[in-house]
Amino acid sequence: MKGLGVYVLKRIGQALLIMIGITLITFILLYLLPADPARQIAGRSATAETVENIRRQLGLHLPFYEQYLRYLSSLVQGDLGRSYIQKTEVTELILSRLPATLLLMAGAISCELLIGLPAGILAAVKRGKFADNAIMILSFVGVSAPQFVVGILLLYVFAVQFGWFPIGGYGTAAHLVLPALTLGLLGGGWYSRMMRSSMLDVLRQDYIRTARAKGAGQMRILTVHALRNAILPIIAMIGLDVGIFMSGVVVVESVFGWPGIGQLAWQAIQRVDIPIIMGVTLVAACFIVVGNFLADVIAPFVDPRIELK
Amino acid sequence: MKKLLAALTFSAFLLAPVPGTVTLADDIKQGGSMIVTYKDDVSTLDPAIGYDWQNWSMIKSLFNGIMDYKPGTTELVMDLAESMDIASDGLTYEFKLRKGVKFHNGRELTADDVKYSIERTVNPKTLSPGAGFFGMIAGFDDMTAGKTETLSGITVVDPHTVKFTLSRPDATFLHVLAINFAFVVPKEAVDKWGTDFGKHPVGSGAYTMDEWTLGQRVVFKRNPDYYRAGLPKMDQITFEVGQEPLVALLRLQRGEVDILGDGIPPAKFLEVKNDPANANLIVEGGQLHTGYVTMNVKMKPFDNKKVRQAVNMAINKDRVVRIINGRAVPANQPLPPAMPGYDTSYKGYAFDPAKAKALLAEAGFADGFDTELYAMNTDPNPRIAQAIQQDLAAIGIRAEIKSLAQSTVIDAGGKADQAPMIWSGGMAWIADFPDPSNFYGPILGCGGAVPGGWNWAWYCNQDIDGNATKADGMTDPAKAAERIDLWRSVFIDIMDEAPWAPVFNEQRFTMHSERLGGPDAIFVDPVHIPVHYDTVYAKDAQ
Repeated sequence: MKGLGVYVLKRIGQALLIMIGITLITFILLYLLPADPARQIAGRSATAETVENIRRQLGLHLPFYEQYLRYLSSLVQGDLGRSYIQKTEVTELILSRLPATLLLMAGAISCELLIGLPAGILAAVKRGKFADNAIMILSFVGVSAPQFVVGILLLYVFAVQFGWFPIGGYGTAAHLVLPALTLGLLGGGWYSRMMRSSMLDVLRQDYIRTARAKGAGQMRILTVHALRNAILPIIAMIGLDVGIFMSGVVVVESVFGWPGIGQLAWQAIQRVDIPIIMGVTLVAACFIVVGNFLADVIAPFVDPRIELK
Repeated sequence: MKKLLAALTFSAFLLAPVPGTVTLADDIKQGGSMIVTYKDDVSTLDPAIGYDWQNWSMIKSLFNGIMDYKPGTTELVMDLAESMDIASDGLTYEFKLRKGVKFHNGRELTADDVKYSIERTVNPKTLSPGAGFFGMIAGFDDMTAGKTETLSGITVVDPHTVKFTLSRPDATFLHVLAINFAFVVPKEAVDKWGTDFGKHPVGSGAYTMDEWTLGQRVVFKRNPDYYRAGLPKMDQITFEVGQEPLVALLRLQRGEVDILGDGIPPAKFLEVKNDPANANLIVEGGQLHTGYVTMNVKMKPFDNKKVRQAVNMAINKDRVVRIINGRAVPANQPLPPAMPGYDTSYKGYAFDPAKAKALLAEAGFADGFDTELYAMNTDPNPRIAQAIQQDLAAIGIRAEIKSLAQSTVIDAGGKADQAPMIWSGGMAWIADFPDPSNFYGPILGCGGAVPGGWNWAWYCNQDIDGNATKADGMTDPAKAAERIDLWRSVFIDIMDEAPWAPVFNEQRFTMHSERLGGPDAIFVDPVHIPVHYDTVYAKDAQ
C-alpha cells in the first residue's frame, strides 16, 4: 500500500485548498451582507461614538482584504474569534455542541441502515411484487419529504399524542430516537433503493446460480453468498452521509431542541452572529471533506477493482 | 446649595421598600421551581452588556440598582438606596445605601461598587450599548473621549453614601439608575472573569447563578441571603434554551414547562387564545411599544401638514390589527397606553377616507401623488405595508412598497432625502424605561433629526422641543405630575402637526402553566418580560 501514503498527502493538500476557498467565499458573502455588525451589537440606544468604538475594536473599519487576512492568521492559530452576540469564544461554543451532533449522526446512520438495508433486501427478493412496490413508494416519500415536516409530525404523533418519547430535548436514549429517525428516514429511503439494485446485481451473478444449483436454501444464499457482496458498495457510501447530514442537522436540531452545532448555526444566522456562522461553516466543511475522504479510502478495501489515484 | 429632602408626597411611595411585595412576602411561601423556555441561547448576563428581551429581566433577578420599579407597574421605587436627597437645582443627587446588602460572593455592597459599576458601563473599553444613557453625569464627555478612567460626577461620600453631580438637570435620571446598565457589580468578580463575566455573573440580586450548560440550560437558585425578606418566591428557575416556540407550546400543554419565553407562536395564536381551557393561563397586557408610519417632512409633499393629516385619516387601523390576529390595539398618539403621559381623552384622527381625500384636494393633490413606503421585509411587516398601501390608494396616494432588510431601512430613515414614508414594524421604538421622555428625544425631537438618527420623520419643532427640555428639567419630585402633564401636551401638539401616523400598540400575551401563581400584573410587567421572576410563585409549594 505504498500508494496510500502519497494519496493521503495529496488529498490533505486538496482539502486545505478547499478549506481556504470556503473561508474566502463565506467571508465575502458575510462581508456583503447589508447588516452592520457594529450597529447590531451597539443596539438602538447607542451613540454614534459607541458604534464607531465597537467597529474599531472588532476591526470592522479595516478594508476587506485586511479583515480577511486577520481572520486567516488567527484561524491558523486555532482561534475562531469571539461571538458578537453570545460574547463567548466560538471554539468553546462549537466544542460544547459537537458531542450532541456526533451522537445524533451516529443515531441517524444506525437508523438509516436499520431501515434501508432490510427494506432493500426485501424489495430485491420480492422484485415486482407488492412488497417491492410498497417499499419503493415509501422510500420515495422518505427521500422527498421535508425534514421539518417529518420532524414535527413524528413529534406530534409519538411524543405528544402517544407520549412514548419526550417532546424534544437532550440527555437520554429516548431523546435520541425521534431526531435520529427523522434524519434516518431520508437516508433509509436512499439505502433501500441502493441496496435493492445492488442486491439484484449480485443475485444475477453466476456464483449465485452455482450456489443454487448446489442446493443451498434461499436464506443461506441471501445471507452467506449475496449479502456479503451486495453490502460492500453501500458501506462505502456512509462517509458521504456525514456531509449530507450537515444540512439536515440544522433543521432537525432546531425542531427537537437538540443542542448541536446545527442549532447553533441556525441561531447565529438569525442574529447575524458572523464569527459563529464562519466557524460552523468551517466545521461543516471539515466534516464533508473528511467524510468524502473516508468514502474514497474505504472504497478500494471493499472493492479491490477500485484503485486510488 | 439648598438641599431638598425628597418631598413627602413622593416619599410616601418611594421610601417604603416595594409596598406591593410586602403583602406577597407575608402570605406566600417560598419554594418550588419553574421552567422557562427560549429559542435562543442566553447571550450574556453582564448588566453592562446585555440588551435583549431575553436577558434583560434575567439580569434584573441577579443584580440590583439604586432604583427599581414596583412589580407589575411603572412606578419608581428605591432598591439599594434607602433614602435620597435631590438638590433644588436638580443637579445633585445623594443616595444613602442600605447596609448589609451582600454580593453573592459574600462581600458587602458599598458606594465604591456603585461608582465602579457605572464607570465600567461608561468606559469605552467595556463596549456597553448603554453608555449613552449616562450622558447627564458630569465628566461623561471626558470619560467617553478616553481622557480619564473615572467619572468626576460620581463621588463616594462614605461607604454607604454616593453622590451624583449632573451637568444638566434631567428628570429621567432616577429611571436611568433603574436600568440594567446602572446595576452594581463587584470589581473582584469582574477582574477575575474578564470578558467572561457575563457567563459567571455575580450580583446581589434575588437569585444566584447555579449552572450554565451552553446550548441547553441556565439555572438560577434562590439567594438565601437576599436582603429583601421573603423574596424571591421560587427556589429555582431553569431556563431551557434551544426550544422552538411551537414545541415549547406543546410541552406547556403537557405540563412540562411553565412559561413560554418567546410567547405564543403566531401560527397557533388564535387557536390557543380562543380555547376556553386556556382562559386562566393567558394574561394580556400593554407594552411600551408603538408601531407607526413616519412621513418625512423634508420631502415633498409631506412638508404639507394637510397631506400628513390626510394620511392619518386614511389608514384603517382596525384592519391592520386584524392582520396580526388582534395582537395589538389601534393607536391614536405616539405614547402607548401603558406609558405615563398617555392622553386617554384624546381621540386622534378617526378613519375617514372621504375627509382624507377632501384634505388632500385642499392641499392641492386632488389627483393624489406617487411616493414610497419603506418597510422591513420580515412577516408580518410586508403584509401590514400592503394594507396601508391599499388604504392610501383609496385616497389617491400611490405608494410603492420598498420591502428591505432591517438595517437598510434604518439607514434610509437616517438620511434626510431618502425615505418619504416608513412603516416602523420590526424596528419600532420600545421604551428603555417607562418615562415619556424616552419616547420623544431620539424619535421626534430635533436631536434625533440628524444623519443616522432615529427621527425618520425629520420633524423638528423648536417650540415643542423647548417644552420637552422644560419638562425634563423639572426634577423636583413634587412637580412630577405637572411634568407628566407637560409631556402629555407635547405629544398632543405633535399629533396636530402629524409627522407620524400612529397605527397600533402591540399587546403582550404571556402564557403560563396552571401551577404558577401571582397577580396578573406581574405576568405582563412593563419592565420584566416575560414575567417578574422574583415575585412569581409556585402554587404547589403553598
